Amino acid sequence: MTTSIEISHVQKRFTLRHNRSLKELAVALVRGKDLSDTFLALDDVSLTVQEGETVALLGFNGSGKSTLLKLISGVLQPDSGTIGTRGRVAGLIEVGAGFHPDLTGRENVLLNGAILGMSEKQVQQRFDDIVAFSEIEKFIDTEVKFYSSGMFLRLAFAVAVHSDPEVFLIDEILAVGDEPFQRKCLDRVRQLRDEGRTLVIVSHDLDMVADLCDRGVLLEKGVVIADGESHSVVEKMRQG
Amino acid sequence: MTTGAPLVAPGQGRGLLDVLDRRFLLRLIVRKELRVRYRGSVLGMAWSYVKPATQFAVFFVAMGLFLRLGDQIEDYAVYLFSGIVVINFFGEGFGNATRSIVWNAPLVRKIYLPRELFPVASIYVSAVHFFPQLVVLLVGTVIAGWRPSAAELAAGVLGLVIIATLALGLGLLAGAINVFYRDAENFVDLIVMVATWASPILYSWEMVRDTLPGWLFTVYQLNPITAAVELFHYCFWFPATSRTAEMPPNLWMWGFVGLGISVAVVFLGQSAFRRLEGRFAQEL
Ligand SMILES: Nc1ncnc2c1ncn2[C@@H]1O[C@H](COP(=O)(O)OP(=O)(O)O)[C@@H](O)[C@H]1O
Ligand SMILES: [Mg+2]
Repeated sequence: MTTSIEISHVQKRFTLRHNRSLKELAVALVRGKDLSDTFLALDDVSLTVQEGETVALLGFNGSGKSTLLKLISGVLQPDSGTIGTRGRVAGLIEVGAGFHPDLTGRENVLLNGAILGMSEKQVQQRFDDIVAFSEIEKFIDTEVKFYSSGMFLRLAFAVAVHSDPEVFLIDEILAVGDEPFQRKCLDRVRQLRDEGRTLVIVSHDLDMVADLCDRGVLLEKGVVIADGESHSVVEKMRQG
Repeated sequence: MTTGAPLVAPGQGRGLLDVLDRRFLLRLIVRKELRVRYRGSVLGMAWSYVKPATQFAVFFVAMGLFLRLGDQIEDYAVYLFSGIVVINFFGEGFGNATRSIVWNAPLVRKIYLPRELFPVASIYVSAVHFFPQLVVLLVGTVIAGWRPSAAELAAGVLGLVIIATLALGLGLLAGAINVFYRDAENFVDLIVMVATWASPILYSWEMVRDTLPGWLFTVYQLNPITAAVELFHYCFWFPATSRTAEMPPNLWMWGFVGLGISVAVVFLGQSAFRRLEGRFAQEL
């Protein structure tokens, strides 16, 4: 078996309060005060994900799930510990992060495809599939700022699932759009899973992710407190 | 499927080298910047003519007519405009590169991509604005009787390369600092304002030589913008004149010194950028 994601003893600390003005800096310096409060978002997290594994990342708000996904995607860097990934990682940390309201749907598909690492040829080849998947053919040459939020999310999700990554990180976005579209997204994610891609998924719909994923990892205040079969970890989370 | 590929640490790219690999993305970002810049604007790209045209008119009247520089410098209008296009290219490129990371905060915060793309795209955008100005300059100098040699044309190219390189290097440095201290962008505006007067755009280099002590004049010449402006004069102005004006000595040498300094600034900017880059996403 091949390792897809290897996280070892990772710690991530955030600075909560910033003293940005020169005056505040000077005052703090003179009084010898510590400039900022820090917050330990992840503490000694170790996790190995094999290729083709599907992992549900569980935990209450603020437990560090998004932070962990951002570390895996390379958006954030750990303060200590190491992270390694194999193959192309696509992080859907937030749907439509790379979308620009003043560009048309078409331009956004190109831009976002390129951001997610597709080549010009790949985007062009998959363009029609992406648009068909999003079901917004009629509006593809309209500026995205005129889209309803559902349309916007659909297009963004469509680009991401067509970007063909080996590792796919999904943060709370399986709740996009209306019910039929949600089902379609889920089908597509299942398809990615069945193709043997590595998935790490965060979702508030616990039953859904438990069914979708083989493995569950439970975070509490930045510490991994359970790791095992997804349904049993969800059960553990519910019991508190 | 991926067996064989090594485990790599995410988010640690090769900096500017990665930008070379992602030219498709770079092109799209440039297009986006241009589109966003002119949203809701009737004149659109025409604005990139309005600013230099106004600058030119103001300086020409104040410096050329009132201060009578026009009597001392042959074809002063061409002289002035060839310097103005250089400093505008520099100012816009440097200023926008400085702001580029903060402007693209939503992307930087959520998706990993080589962040050097943004400053590089800013330089591209300013080059897009530079070219129409260059066309205007060419028209002006042809009317004034432009007959350049190959070497003189090459000087223009070198000048352009110096400015693009310097603006990128400084932009990487200031852009990274700007994420942490927004003071950087105001500071950069100041630098650009001073740079307009600290290079021979409105006046001639001889006035500087005759006024400053020798060592300070050397410092003046070490400024890559001075070198680039003189190279532009040599390319676009000198061949349109009677060729009796005195060009600064060792023009090419100072050009290559300027290029060397600019390249060094790129290395400095890139290394500072990489050192700070790891904290961009959480600070924005
Ligand atoms: N850039 C940041 N600066 C400061 N604190 C942050 C930052 N990002 C996240 N945090 C804090 O880290 C903790 C974990 O956040 P997050 O990973 O988003 O949790 P989750 O996704 O599990 O709800 C939260 O308390 C949040 O406030
Ligand atoms: Mg979250």
